[in-house]
Amino acid sequence: MKQRRKEKRTFNGNTFLLVITIGLFLAMYIAGMVVFSDKGFGKPQMFLNLLISNAGLIVIGCGLTIVMVTGGIDISVGSVIALVCMVMADLMENKGVSPYAAVLAALLIGLAFGVVQGFLISYLNIQPFIVTLAGMFFGRGLTAVVSKEMISIKNGLFQSWAKCRIYMPFGSYSNKGKFHPAYIYPTVVIALVVLILIIVMMKYSKFGRQLYAIGGNQQSALMMGLNVKRTKFLAYVLDGFLAGLGSFLFCLNSLAGFVEQAKGFEMDAISASVIGGTLLTGGVGTPIGTFFGALIKGTISSLITTQGTLSSWWVRIALSVLLCFFIVLQSVFAAMKRKKHS
Amino acid sequence: MAETKPSVWKKITSNRLFLPVVCLLVVLLINVIRTPAFFQISIRNGVLYGYIVDVVNRASELVILAVGMTLVTAASGGQDISVGAVMAVAAAVCCQILSGGKVTTSAFQNPLLLAIVAALAASALCGAFNGFLVARLKIQPMVATLILFTAGRGIAQLVTQGQITYVRVGTYQVIGGYIASCPIPTPIFIAIGTALLVYLVLNKTALGLSIESVGINGSASRLVGLNSTMIQFLTYVLCGLLAGVAGIVASSRIYSADANNIGLNLEMDAILAVALGGNFLGGGKFSLMGSVIGAFTIQALTTTLYAMNVSGDQLPVYKAIAVVIIVTLQSPVFQEFLKARKVRRRRTAEGGSCG
Repeated sequence: MKQRRKEKRTFNGNTFLLVITIGLFLAMYIAGMVVFSDKGFGKPQMFLNLLISNAGLIVIGCGLTIVMVTGGIDISVGSVIALVCMVMADLMENKGVSPYAAVLAALLIGLAFGVVQGFLISYLNIQPFIVTLAGMFFGRGLTAVVSKEMISIKNGLFQSWAKCRIYMPFGSYSNKGKFHPAYIYPTVVIALVVLILIIVMMKYSKFGRQLYAIGGNQQSALMMGLNVKRTKFLAYVLDGFLAGLGSFLFCLNSLAGFVEQAKGFEMDAISASVIGGTLLTGGVGTPIGTFFGALIKGTISSLITTQGTLSSWWVRIALSVLLCFFIVLQSVFAAMKRKKHS
Repeated sequence: MAETKPSVWKKITSNRLFLPVVCLLVVLLINVIRTPAFFQISIRNGVLYGYIVDVVNRASELVILAVGMTLVTAASGGQDISVGAVMAVAAAVCCQILSGGKVTTSAFQNPLLLAIVAALAASALCGAFNGFLVARLKIQPMVATLILFTAGRGIAQLVTQGQITYVRVGTYQVIGGYIASCPIPTPIFIAIGTALLVYLVLNKTALGLSIESVGINGSASRLVGLNSTMIQFLTYVLCGLLAGVAGIVASSRIYSADANNIGLNLEMDAILAVALGGNFLGGGKFSLMGSVIGAFTIQALTTTLYAMNVSGDQLPVYKAIAVVIIVTLQSPVFQEFLKARKVRRRRTAEGGSCG
């Protein structure tokens, strides 16, 4: 009896949202496997490609989940990617800096964004939207200041990082019966490690619990004696750091820096987070949900590219529709919850 | 004399329009020092010509956007960041109807009025979508409008089928050019007309007051009997509609619909104009006049930066810094800090005179 009551309590609307997300991902993926079975959608490599092309999104999505749980938002991440990729490319190609130093620069840029934005948001009490909107334009503009031309990264060591395949024990057979082991890139390993670390942090650390407390009700968190300002600040710093790290992973994928890079990426990251069950009002959200949100975004784009005739704009439009759907779903759940309480 | 002087000074500085006017004057002063011919207006080929005319002319779209943005800011305490994309949608719809679906046309395939009405309807629909998300579903304005901010240009691309639609007809260029032999550019008339119309509607009806009251306290206004959801919704529809007007003007200037570039980065300028106009970005009381002055300031700043060889891609850096500075000055924490400093200074001064 006691066991059952506990079960009932944990299976609330928010868990339901996560179940919907995972179900949606599976449904979409299986539909893709059925419809595009002749184009190799069913191969294990296809799934790993989802992880490979969305490694950056997973990391940045985790960062966004952290700030969104506190009730904030960060729409500067797309520009941070452009800036980081451009600076890394510029450092390695034009300034002859070693890739290690370039990676350090990437992380520092992310951190700098996080510190400045976090300070303005938490200590000066300015709306996160305005601050990160300014950050978004600042980053994109600064990218153009570094260089207006596209810079491709040809550095040997950096290329070897990007092209280092880690083979899996499983794979698929080609038409001639030859075995092709599936592979991933190091970016996937980094992304998954970060994901696990963030999951553990959010669930078990003091800092993680404080984030949820602040997002749930800032006033009561303050009354409880939490240092709201510092926690919020640290959330943005961590988000900035993850944006820098994610940009590095993104750069390993694109191997180039240009002004228009990752335009609208903030939308992808926010959608991944919201589709994964993070409430825009804060207080609810898990990195694991964001992970599935990112996979859904990846599935949509690979479905559309496999289909071939639709323009790439459809990815954004489909994602926006999905985001709308989940936002509406969230507000319906919130309304139901309010009704139940009153 | 000594008694009245500070009070007059205080009266001027405490005026809502003090900051915007000072900013405008500073930017204009810089320009006059850099280019002494800044205020010269001459008539060439029967039209007015000069730096200042150019600034006022180019600011037209921004003025229209800033008016809409002011209302949205006042009513919902958030900003509509989809205005640039909505401009692109309106331009795409307008040009596509005029060209009858072809890439380029030298004669209207459909009446101009139909195209304009359809474009305005499309942009109002975009505004209604934003309004529904914000007012009805209570989503933060920036997240709600972020959807159209990213998807809007995609929709515009779909409307124009990924191409730039050209409408090479003289009548269409009137909107962004000149009416017959009138020396003043048409966009100026449109901008002033729009701002005046909105101002009159807000001040002659209760709408202006209702918007302010909803922005200050939504639930209190609801209890008083205002339909706060409807009022918020209306401001978003109006903002979309105004973005549509701006989009048509912008597309008429270049007699084409370039879905990727029409209204690019203008959302930032519009927000900056509202903030510069002395409006608190958290909603509540607003001043349309301030936003209009803010819009002219931004355009003057943009022109100045262009003159200083800053490229269009790099402009956002300066504007972002300007936004951060303005919102920092506006932030309550900073205001309190200033007040505390003032008090402390007065106290030490008093202490000094006593001791």
